Amino acid sequence: MSAHLAGLGWVTPLGTGLEEVFARVKSGEVAEVKTVVNPETGRALSYMPVPLKSVEALGRNPRLRRSSAISYFAVAAGLAALADAGIAMTPEVAARTAVIFAICDGGVIYTRKFYDQIVKQGAPAASPLLFPETVYNAPASHLAALLGIDGASYTLVGDASVGLAALHCGAQLLALGGIDQCVVVGAEECDWILCEAYGAWRLGGSPLAEGAAAVVLRRAGRWKVDTHPGVTFFRRSAAGAALEQAARAVGAGAETDWVAACANRTFIDAIENAVLARVCPQAPVLRIKHALGEAPGAGALCQVVAAALSGSASALVPVVGLNQQATAARITPVR
Amino acid sequence: MPDSPPTLPLRVAITALGVVSPLGWGAAANDAGLRAGRDAVTAVTAFEVSRTRCKTAGQVGKMTNDECRMSKRLHPASRMMMAAAREARAQDAGFVPELAVIGTTSGGMSFGEQFFRTQVAKTRPRERAAWLANYPPQKAVLDALEACGWACPSQIIANACASGTNAVGHAFQLVRAGLQRRVLCGGYDALSEMVFVGFDALQASTSEKIRPFDKSRTGLVLGEGAAVLALEEMESARTRGATILAEVTGYGISTDNHHLTQPNPSGIGPRQAMERALADARRAPGAVDYINAHGTATAFNDATEGTAIAQIFGDRVPVSSTKSMMGHALGAAGAIEAVFSVLALRGQFLPPNINYAAADPAWALDIVANTARAARVRCVVSNSFGFGGTNASLVLEGV
Repeated sequence: MSAHLAGLGWVTPLGTGLEEVFARVKSGEVAEVKTVVNPETGRALSYMPVPLKSVEALGRNPRLRRSSAISYFAVAAGLAALADAGIAMTPEVAARTAVIFAICDGGVIYTRKFYDQIVKQGAPAASPLLFPETVYNAPASHLAALLGIDGASYTLVGDASVGLAALHCGAQLLALGGIDQCVVVGAEECDWILCEAYGAWRLGGSPLAEGAAAVVLRRAGRWKVDTHPGVTFFRRSAAGAALEQAARAVGAGAETDWVAACANRTFIDAIENAVLARVCPQAPVLRIKHALGEAPGAGALCQVVAAALSGSASALVPVVGLNQQATAARITPVR
Repeated sequence: MPDSPPTLPLRVAITALGVVSPLGWGAAANDAGLRAGRDAVTAVTAFEVSRTRCKTAGQVGKMTNDECRMSKRLHPASRMMMAAAREARAQDAGFVPELAVIGTTSGGMSFGEQFFRTQVAKTRPRERAAWLANYPPQKAVLDALEACGWACPSQIIANACASGTNAVGHAFQLVRAGLQRRVLCGGYDALSEMVFVGFDALQASTSEKIRPFDKSRTGLVLGEGAAVLALEEMESARTRGATILAEVTGYGISTDNHHLTQPNPSGIGPRQAMERALADARRAPGAVDYINAHGTATAFNDATEGTAIAQIFGDRVPVSSTKSMMGHALGAAGAIEAVFSVLALRGQFLPPNINYAAADPAWALDIVANTARAARVRCVVSNSFGFGGTNASLVLEGV
């Protein structure tokens, strides 16, 4: 399927400016790695946080007063993408707008805090203020409320490929009609329990990161985006063929002149490198997660934003998820 | 995916279904449970409930031999999804999905809970790797696809308690528009301590029986389960000789921006969802024979939903909440209730709203009180509403 990108936004450990962050990533700058301590074991864990100043203004919004960091990131990126698209959200515009939110791990900070209360203090001590923010669709709900959207709002959950799944879902909604634009947002927040889990599961890789990325999808815009529903694989040995199938399906090949890769210093790098060597060996590759860390729910859409900013004539965004599906998108500027 | 989408809306057939709920494993067991008005809510056994107000839930019972043979490493959600998908595949072996759209709210949450407990206990048990691998919400869907030999991509919708209905509705829209020919849709959720305590902390759950729409209702009890439906473009299904169980004809979605957990008391969210679904199906309210309500039995939900139903349908259309028999299965609820709606259409009966004693004077509804009714059922509306102000309704019709 295809649609168009009309606006971009992101909230990253290197800041929020589109061109500024992209330039810093291209120059090889790496976001600051900070330490979070597992209070249960005393173990120090690494992650890349979003600077507080990037989103602190949202804290004054009554709707977001009690929300978790992930909602701040999602709202900030979504509003930035709408501003970049030049869309003013009147009630008439809101009635023709949908929200698609991509997420991997959800409001993990409040989830961990809430369960911590259950385990250590007992169920009666569990705070009813925390629980609502643990649901996967809380960030999408906040964004829809702030924009006044009363129609379609979907939260998609998955592995690191979920951002492109959301992009594809947005293209589907546009194709179905009834809306003029779709705000597609992916976000992630960090907590020590998440760092522990990914550390144990992936056994290394880029540090986990916080952040969000967003695009405004429309029927016309500055970039055309070809999306893919993904290719499911059940064994790691099949991941390369799955990624190649998705990449070729969106038109990757000899004309591809830039790649925003999903490499995250895990087994995925070798799979992706082998596919790129077969599909588009001529194309320069930017490994954005080396600079911004891995924010699983946001990562694929960060790649999309980078691909759009690259100025290339045909940029490929490949993604291999940890256990779900390989997928890809192609970004071409509208001249 | 078809090469060129058609210009006219297509009809969308349901050619197979599978369901696991506290009422039983499989459609036949669930059908029998609905007709009998069986109360499948029992004392919680999966985790400690001595300090929660609510101590009961609708729990999926003992697994069949098939499911017992499956790997013990899998999350219970995977086993339920695999059983539901296998049931659907057994009904219609010719159905091979191009896409799976599945709803859930909490994935393999209980494995995440166990991982957290190992941190507190400072232990590294052997099962830890399996917990992490089977925790993600997409894993149960992948396990079900693999168990059936299907390798289609998937979209996992997490729209809180409306997830299952959103999944069926989105799949329906894709098939009707000709964007997909065959989509497996549904939902699943397994009981977990965190979510159980969460509803208890919100004082949304009850220590009593769940009594939807009753004047003396005191809250919900949770449930669990999984359900899938095979959706296919009608002519494609007929051409290959598939049995058409029912038809999806309408879908409405709305977002009410009132509060993260409380619906707008005016009922605008549910009303918009139902009105949009009816308009989508090109049906007047008078064409509807039965409403499978969201009916959680919380004061707020039933008040808004009851008001919205009364505003649209008056007291003419029979209403029941099947959650009264099995609890609220969250992300699975909408999918399970879509299956129940198909069973009602196929069996020409109205599932009951059990534990019902006295009408709430706030509205006049025809509640299917306590016992199933034989009825002519041609058109059903099925509702789901969730946290985040997400509301969804389906229209299903007999063929």
